[in-house]
This record gives sequence, structure tokens and C-alpha cells, in this order.
Amino acid sequence: MKDISAIRADFPILGRTVYDKDLVYFDNGATTQKPKCVIDAATEVFTLYNSNIHRGVHFLSDMASEEYENARERVRSFINAGSREEVVFTAGATASINAVAFSFGERFVGRGDEILISHLEHHANIVPWQMLCSRKQAVLKVIPVDDNGEIIFEEYLKLLGKKTRLVSVAQVSNALGVILPVDRIISAAHSMNIPVLVDGAQGVQHGVSDVRKMDCDFYVFSGHKIYGPAGIGVLYGKAELLSELPPYQGGGDMVKNVPFEKTSYNDLPFKFEAGTVNFPGAIGLARALEYLLSLGMDNIKQRERDLLEYATQQMLSVKGLKIYGNSPEKISVISFLLKDIHMYDTGMILDKLGIAVRTGTHCAQPVMDRFGIEGTVRASMCFYNTREEIDRLCAGIEKVISMFS
Amino acid sequence: MTINEIQDAIIDDFSVFDDWMDKYNLLIEMGRDLPLIDPGCRTEEYLIEGCQSRVWLCPSFENGKIFFTADSDAIITRGIIALLIRVLSGRSPDEIISADLYFIDRTGLHQNLSPTRSNGLLSMVKQIRLYAIAFGTKQPPGRLNG
Repeated sequence: MKDISAIRADFPILGRTVYDKDLVYFDNGATTQKPKCVIDAATEVFTLYNSNIHRGVHFLSDMASEEYENARERVRSFINAGSREEVVFTAGATASINAVAFSFGERFVGRGDEILISHLEHHANIVPWQMLCSRKQAVLKVIPVDDNGEIIFEEYLKLLGKKTRLVSVAQVSNALGVILPVDRIISAAHSMNIPVLVDGAQGVQHGVSDVRKMDCDFYVFSGHKIYGPAGIGVLYGKAELLSELPPYQGGGDMVKNVPFEKTSYNDLPFKFEAGTVNFPGAIGLARALEYLLSLGMDNIKQRERDLLEYATQQMLSVKGLKIYGNSPEKISVISFLLKDIHMYDTGMILDKLGIAVRTGTHCAQPVMDRFGIEGTVRASMCFYNTREEIDRLCAGIEKVISMFS
Repeated sequence: MTINEIQDAIIDDFSVFDDWMDKYNLLIEMGRDLPLIDPGCRTEEYLIEGCQSRVWLCPSFENGKIFFTADSDAIITRGIIALLIRVLSGRSPDEIISADLYFIDRTGLHQNLSPTRSNGLLSMVKQIRLYAIAFGTKQPPGRLNG
């Protein structure tokens, strides 16, 4: 793998200062920074071949369409989907889940049916199901979690039943960084012929996500959390399932024939891509994936594991610091609180020291309720972070403690 | 002291420090010195929405003047509230409504609190003004009908 200073040099923003201090960016769970190749991709699209895709007969439109479809192929191979038909571009993980909640809900969910999620979900994997349930008079069921932030598997098995229409779970908890046992979740659901959606928003960027090996029925993620642009995301669905679902948005490009009596829809994946999609975003996302592959996903995983181990060890040595989410299976995220110091006070002082963390519920209020807290401070690290930065965080935390006690 | 004299004093207090850490220490100190709020005021009714931490603001109206007590579970936020109270508590509704709160900019508090946080600050100011408008229209009675 490239050495760390070369990697950091690929991300121009990491060289900047805030409040005259070198930036320490530990808010990668919210969004990741972009390598230069992704930034350049946007310039390239707009200076070389910007044109609407799948529509024109001219040179530029052909070129843009080809780049866009190449991007789809890049995503397909990255997640090892069976075919390009199974890869739909959306606006992000949230948009993808909403699409499934609508389309799958229209086709398969009725009164009294159940949707099963976990207690660790981001609001994006809660609210669309609540909306579906209220539309269809269905019931939302929740898999409980233990004090380490791990789902209680026996309880999950008990919740799977004849009325369960879909299980929808995160690959990784965004608030705690805990990795869910999605393989086991999927095989248990499949033994009862229940499909599973995996929300990969916090998982896809941290390791190898092979949708065929996982055998999930739907997989979603956002471009901006995997070093690509914002406003682009992916919905993977098994072809046989996607082809059974009605489209969730109508418009151009998703149709074959539009007489006023009845429109016939286009083939997969275009059926789910109404209107002009964010093709510059898709092309940027493909560049980001290529960049990650050039580093090696296993190398990334190893580096992040080292950072997590180091950070956990250093932070646990700070008196009064409590970590939420103590599963051995975690990505490089540390969610914590300092004694009785409010998370917001901690975040404000760290900010002034040039350290970007997130404070609050992390859009996962039920997780906070489960632990009886209002929120946490979350330091989410990734491969471009360093041990020196973790040392600066720890020094910052000591400073916070000295200021507030 | 007038509202502006107090604002100028606050600007002076903050201008002594070059380093933001010292300014925060001052805010923390002010937050600690903020008088305790009546526990009965720490309720949903007095909670201000739009802040990252919880903020309660409780008004009372005596002899044509509005007095505020307030609290927050975050100390820096308490410090900011303490400043607002120092400037605006014990004033008439008209004084509050017409006050130009320039100390927020001149102390650098505005630019140094990121948007969501300064939204919290702006929410507090907005709520104080709303109370002033509410009490102002009650004084003198029937003014709204005029």
C-alpha cells in the first residue's frame, strides 16, 4: 500500500488548516473527503463531454452515456452484483431505501404484515418503513440490542414470522460503529423465504462488500460516504425481485412507450431511473471506487483496524471516558462521552483545536434512547487518518476535561 | 446601564483575549455563574427548539419589564445565555424589540459558532423577541384592538 503521506497528498482538503491549526478530520462517518481523481472527474465531465445521457444522437451524448454506463459496471464489479441490470443509481442510501419501501411495499406489503428492522438503525432505515406501515397498516418490529450494542440474535429469530415481509438492517451501526452479523441475519430470513435489505451506508467503504456472497436481496449505499460526490447513491436488487417491483417515480428514460392510455416501462435498471440522473455523480463515484481498489480494500481494512485498536487503547486510558459500542466487531468509529461533560461542550472545544467530530444523536435516536443518553461524541476514522491525529484527539479530550471540571 | 453600554462592556471583556480558548473559558465561567433556574421552568413549555443542546428560557413580567431566567445542559450554551440575559433581561418589551444586538458579531461569537450552533443562538434571540412582542401587545391592555 502507498505510504500514508502519499495517501494524504491525494486528498487536498487534508492539507488545510482550521483556526490556524492543522485539520484533524474525524467525521468520516458523516461524509468522507474526496481524492483528487474524484475532484478532477467533475471538471472532466463538464469540460469534455457534458451532455444528457441516453437521449442524444450526437457525439457528446454518446460519450456521456458510455461513461455513465461504465460507472454502473464499475459499481457492479465493486459489489460483485450479477449484472448491470441490478445496479440502480439513486440520490443516495436514503433515496434507495425510500424507493424499496415504496416499490416493494406496493407489491408485497398489506394490512397486518410486518417489516423487521434493528434497534441500531439510522433514521433513514426507520422512517421510510414507518411511512410504509402507516400507508398499508402494516407493523414495524424491532430487533433489540444488548449493552455492547450487538443485536440479540435469539430475539431476532423469535421476531421472524409468517407475517414478516422484509428484514431491513444496517451492515454497520452509524452511531456506534458496531458491525451487524448480516450473513447470519440473511440466512435465517432466507430459511423462511423472507428477503433482506442491507443498508451498506457505513459498511461498503470499510471492507469488501460482495452482495452475491452475502446473498442480500437489496443493498444500498451513498457515494459521498465512500469518497465520491454527494447526491449519488446505489440501489442493488436481485434482478428477479427488481423486475417484479413497480417503479417509484415516473418520467423520462424509464419508459418504453407512452400512449395516454397506459405506459409500458423500460427494462431494468432504467425502470427505476426516471428523469436525468446525476451522471456526473455516478462518474465521480466510479473514480472513487477505482481509487479504493488501487489502494486495496484489504489494506484499507487493515489500516483502519490498526487505527481503531490504537484509538480504543489510548482513549480508554483517559479517566472518565466511556465508549458506547463495545463489540469486538467494529469499524473505526469511537462513540464516547466524558463523565458529566455535555457532548456539545466537548465538540465545541475539539472544534477550536482543529478536530472535527460529530456530536448528537447521529440520526439514530433510538440507539441513544437504548443507552439512556441524549447523544455521544463520535470520532469516525478512516484510512487517511493517523496515530498522530488520534494523539491530538486524546490531548484535546484532556484539555476539555481540564476546562470543564 | 443601557443595552448598548452593556454590549460594549461585553465586547471589552472578550477583546482582552486573542486566543479562542480563553474566550471559551470566559464563556464557561459565565455559564457557571448563571443563576439557577426555577426547576418548574425546566419543562417542555420553556424549551427552545433549534439548539444542539437543550435550552430553557423562562420569562416573567413585572412593572413593564421582562425578566428572564434560563438554563442549558451544556455549559458553553449557558455562557451564551448568560450574555443574552445580561443584555436583555430587565428591559421593556420595546427596548428588547428595537435592540440592535451588535455584540454577537463584534465578540466574534457569531462567526465562531458554526451554523447549527449559531442557529441555537439565533433561536434564543428569536424566542426572547417573541416574548417581548407577546408582553408588549398586552401593555397597555387592548392595544391590539386600537
